[in-house]
Amino acid sequence: MSARRIFARPARFAAIAPYVWMVLFFLVPFIFVLKISLSQTVIARPPYTPVFDFTAGWAAIEQALGALSIDNFRLLVSDDLYVLAYVRSLVVALISTSILLLIGYPIAYGMARLPKRWQPLAMMLVIVPFWTSFLIRIYAWINILQHDGLLNQLLLALHLVAQPVVWLSTDSAMYLGIVYSYLPFMILPLYATLTKMEPALEEAAADLGASPREVFWLVTFPLSLPGVGAGVLLCFIPIVGEFVIPDLLAGSNSLMIGQTLWLEFFNNKDWPVASATAIVLLVLLIAPLLLYDRLQRRQLEAK
Amino acid sequence: MARAKVTRFNMASLALGFAFLYLPIVILVIYSFNASRLVTVWGGWSLKWYREFFNDSAMIEAAWMSLRVGATSATIATILGTLAAVALSRGENFRGRTLFSGMLYAPLVMPEVITGLSLLLLFVALNAERGFWTVTIAHTTLTMCFVAVVVQSRLGSLDKSLEEAAMDLGCAPARAFLMVTLPLIIPAIVAGWMLAFTLSLDDLVIASFTTGPGSSTLPIRIYSEVRLGVKPEINAICTLVIGLIAVVIVVASLASKLTSTRGESAAPL
Repeated sequence: MSARRIFARPARFAAIAPYVWMVLFFLVPFIFVLKISLSQTVIARPPYTPVFDFTAGWAAIEQALGALSIDNFRLLVSDDLYVLAYVRSLVVALISTSILLLIGYPIAYGMARLPKRWQPLAMMLVIVPFWTSFLIRIYAWINILQHDGLLNQLLLALHLVAQPVVWLSTDSAMYLGIVYSYLPFMILPLYATLTKMEPALEEAAADLGASPREVFWLVTFPLSLPGVGAGVLLCFIPIVGEFVIPDLLAGSNSLMIGQTLWLEFFNNKDWPVASATAIVLLVLLIAPLLLYDRLQRRQLEAK
Repeated sequence: MARAKVTRFNMASLALGFAFLYLPIVILVIYSFNASRLVTVWGGWSLKWYREFFNDSAMIEAAWMSLRVGATSATIATILGTLAAVALSRGENFRGRTLFSGMLYAPLVMPEVITGLSLLLLFVALNAERGFWTVTIAHTTLTMCFVAVVVQSRLGSLDKSLEEAAMDLGCAPARAFLMVTLPLIIPAIVAGWMLAFTLSLDDLVIASFTTGPGSSTLPIRIYSEVRLGVKPEINAICTLVIGLIAVVIVVASLASKLTSTRGESAAPL
C-alpha cells in the first residue's frame, strides 16, 4: 500500500468542516432563493408570503404548493425591462471579455518572454491591482473622467477638443472601468500557461522555416488555449452579474441585470422578483460555470 | 519561454499595460494630498483631508467594523480553506467530492449579487440578527474558496516523496502532515489569509446585502459618498486603504518567497 493511500483517510476527515460550511452557506441559500422567487410579494417585513409552514401539517403544505406562483418569472419574460437587461448584460460581458483578451494577451505574452529573474516582479505588478480595492480603482477613474477631471484638462490643453467631453455616465466609461478592473483576471491565467510553455517548441517551428507570425498562430496560441479559456470565463461570468461598475460609471438609461436585481431588492423591496431575477441569471450562467469548474479541477488536480 | 528574444512589441505592451494599471491609482494618491477642494486646482501639499477622515466618526466606525470583519472572516476562512485544500489534494476519492470541489470553485466567479442575495435570504429565514456576524459568515464563505485554491496549488507542487519518506520511517499520517507538510505550506496559508483579508476589506455587494441597519462597512460608506461625487476626503481614505493593502502584499510575498523559488504561490489564482 502506498503512503499516499494511508494518508487518504485522515485527509478525508479534513473535508468535513468545510463541506458542512459550504452546504450550509452556499448550497442551502439557493433553496431559499428558489422558494422566495415562487412566492407572492407582500408589503411587510420580510416582504414576501412564506411558501411553506411546516407546523401546520400536510394539508397546509398541499395548500401552499397550490399557491406557488410563477408570476415573478412570467413578469421577467414579459417585461422588456428585464429581457433588455439580460441581453445587455450578456452583450457587455461579451464585448468586455473580447477587449480584455486583446489587451491582456500581449501583456501576458510579454511577461512570459521576460528574463526569468524579472518575471516574479512583473507578476507582482499585475497582482497588486488585483488585491487593491475594486471600489477604489473605480473611484480613481471617476476622479480622472469627471467634467473638470484630468482627462478633459489634458484634452483641452492639447487642443484636441474645444469643450470638456462628457465621459462619466457613458458606456465608454463603463467599458473602461470593466477592462481596468478585470485585466489582472485575464493576464494571470494567460501568463500561467504561457510561462510553462516549452521554448524549444517555438524554436523548432522557427528553425523549420515558420515565420514569427506562423509560429505564434500555429504553435504558441493553440498551446495557450487552456489559459485563454480560464481567463475568458474568469472575466465573462462575473461581468454578466456586475453591479458596481455600471452603477458608478454607466448612464442610467439602460441597466445591466445586476443593477436591476439590486434595484428590485433595495429600492422596490420586491424580494420575490429579485430572487426570480437571480435564478434566471444563474440558469444563464450554468454552462459557463460548469466549464470553469472543469478547467479549474483539471488545472489543480491533474498533478 | 525565457530564452526567446524580448521584442520591442513585448516591451511596449508591458509598458503600456502597467501604465494603464497604475496611473489612475497614482493620480488618486497624489490628489489625496491636494490642499485645494477642487480637483482642477493644485493647491499645494496638505494633510487636511486625512485630518478630516480621522475626525469623521461614522467613517472611523465603518473602518473599524471592516477591519474586525476582515480579520475574523480571514481567520476562519484560512482554517476551513486549508482543510478543504488538504482534503482535495490528499483525500483520494470520497463521496461527494465532485460536489465539494464544485462548491469551492463556483464562488470564485459567481456574481456577487447572487451570493449576497442568497445568503441574506438564508439569514432572514433563520431569523438571525444582521450585523457583524452575518457579514463575517458571508465573507468567510466567499474567501475560504480563494484560500483553498491558493493552498491547493501549493500542495499540488509539493514533492510527495517527502511525506512518503516520513511515513516510511514510521511516522503516523497525521504526524507526517503536521511535521512535514504543514511547515511546507505555511507560506501559502499566510498568503491565503492575506488574500482573504483584503477581499473582505474590499467587498461592497455581499456586505450590503448581509449587513443590518446601523452597521456599515468601509466600502458601504465609501460607496454612498462616491455616488454623491468626488470628495477629497475619499481620496485620503482610499490612499490609507491602498497603503494598508500594500503592507499586506509585501508581507504575503515575503512569506511565500521563504520557500518558493519561483514566486508561484504568490499568485492568488
